[in-house]
Amino acid sequence: MGGEAHHGKRRGNFIQRTIDALAETLERSLYAEQLAEGGGLLQRLDPRVKLVAMLGFIICAAASRNLPVVVAIACVALGLALVSRIPFRSLLPVWIGMFIFSGLIAGPAIFLTPGPSLATVPWLGWQVSSYGVRSATLLILRSEVSITFSVILVMTTPWIQVMKAMRVVGVPTMVVVILGMTYRYIFLMLQSASDMFEARQSRVIGKLSNADARRLASATVGVLLSKSFQLSNDVYLAMQSRGFRGEVYTLDEFRLGRNDYIAIPIALVIIVSGIWFGYV
Amino acid sequence: MHIPDGYLSPSTCAAMFAASTPFWYVASARIKKTLSMRMVPLLSVFAAFSFIIMMFNLPLPGGTTGHATGAALAAIVLGPWAAVISVSIALIIQAVFFGDGGILAIGANCFTIAIVGVFVAHYTNRIVAGNSAVDSSRRVIAAGIAGYLSINAAAFATAVLFGIQPMYFTDSNGAPLYAPYPLDIAIPAMMIGHLGIAGFAELIVTAGVIGYLQKNDISLLSIAQTGVPAATNAAVSSGWQGARRMWLVIATLLVLTPLGLIAAGTAWGEWGAEELVELDGGQTITAAPTGLLQYAAIWEAPVPDYAVSFISSEQLGYILSGVMGVGLIILTMLVSTYIAARFTRRNEHSNP
Repeated sequence: MGGEAHHGKRRGNFIQRTIDALAETLERSLYAEQLAEGGGLLQRLDPRVKLVAMLGFIICAAASRNLPVVVAIACVALGLALVSRIPFRSLLPVWIGMFIFSGLIAGPAIFLTPGPSLATVPWLGWQVSSYGVRSATLLILRSEVSITFSVILVMTTPWIQVMKAMRVVGVPTMVVVILGMTYRYIFLMLQSASDMFEARQSRVIGKLSNADARRLASATVGVLLSKSFQLSNDVYLAMQSRGFRGEVYTLDEFRLGRNDYIAIPIALVIIVSGIWFGYV
Repeated sequence: MHIPDGYLSPSTCAAMFAASTPFWYVASARIKKTLSMRMVPLLSVFAAFSFIIMMFNLPLPGGTTGHATGAALAAIVLGPWAAVISVSIALIIQAVFFGDGGILAIGANCFTIAIVGVFVAHYTNRIVAGNSAVDSSRRVIAAGIAGYLSINAAAFATAVLFGIQPMYFTDSNGAPLYAPYPLDIAIPAMMIGHLGIAGFAELIVTAGVIGYLQKNDISLLSIAQTGVPAATNAAVSSGWQGARRMWLVIATLLVLTPLGLIAAGTAWGEWGAEELVELDGGQTITAAPTGLLQYAAIWEAPVPDYAVSFISSEQLGYILSGVMGVGLIILTMLVSTYIAARFTRRNEHSNP
């Protein structure tokens, strides 16, 4: 299983594109759940340890003023992906997407940032500034490193556990419960949105005009809104009939193991030295 | 795409979390009061809804496509406070699980989209829709304008966050460490795309859905008014008293802000055309680049150089300009609250 089924048939059709986007989201999370079951190194660690460590690494990358330190943190990310058996091909689209996005934003900075000139673009006469190149590299590398860590976290941890682990970093229990419920409804609604679009797609002959496509999108959102309100009422009644009185509890099954006690000091050393050397 | 990590300095990210927290606090307190136990499923379902509609690619006039954030729609249907929470939750899930927007940037993304975007949409809708009937076409127009302004306000706030990065965060050589463009580039660059493309996506979805609901499920449009799940009326009628705690926190932040502003010299990357020549001592740069002069003419801030001319100290001027900016925002909110309250005065008596 994986993302193959829906790639490569991106037709210009608005309905098909939305169905594809919805299906991709479903596939991506199912794939992540599957990887999270795998026997890599990170999969064996406590979700709380992983969450805090990944946050630490991301802060490290963000705080570093020093390019070699960001490169070193990038190596840590690659190493973690490797030992957690996250296939390279599932990270590649993330990297390419981020590179295109950040590249478009950072690209002009190479010429626009004042600083010592490195070279001149022939014909155009634009000066390539060394400060601009440095800034652009830092920006692109940092955003790539940060997204890699967050992808590693969600690919090695069942998502419900990531949410529960968020309590360690001060997210209130109520928010954790709402996040968990939201997560489940996302899949339900992805399914209904996808069904609605597929039902329409199967009845459309030829190309939908842009105006019709916009009307269709608004109507679908409207139906989805009515459905969500209905759903929330049903769920509320269901919760109430099961004794919900506004208090929320989560089952806290996390327990630190031997691996965690080894991982915590290692992560701590990397993060502290990263921040230390990054600041110099 | 929301702000990824690496574009904002960690201190900006922390400041944005601090700025969002009072809104989250007031929102949850308000929702708890009106919704009590209904809150948990309602917010989860609407957060999921916000998440899903951010994925709808819709064709726009001119051949491009865009997607809406749904912040304006949530603000109109749910009322602003419930919208703050559900849009924030959708943004958190997008950042953590789908890599759309950075983890450290969650505070910034929530502040721009779920707070600035939601409140701009709410007040715009209140003012334009006025006291018109729930099924009037004026409501559809109000929703469209609210959607358009909401996403543009969010984009503007984001552009300001990007634009202040090179002012404060540079390495020892002066090369920018985070988003590299100063305000005079960041603001036009962000606004062209949003005024031209993304704004219309939000306009179409918000107006389209309100129009659709008017015809097909009008009961949903009175959620915010009847106060069953949302606190719109309470928010408008109790106005400043209700949110006093939040304004106190903002005032404190405001007082603390100048601490970061006391930096010697000209803000890096914020040189005016003449300053550039002056800084260089006229050695290598004898004349300001023509391109810079051209750009400088495009974007003229309402308060040039951020310093009011009659104030001699540049730092004091800077601080005052900042305070003035925030004051203007609060004043705008006050005026719009007053206008909105006038429009809804009659409703207030019937809705205790």
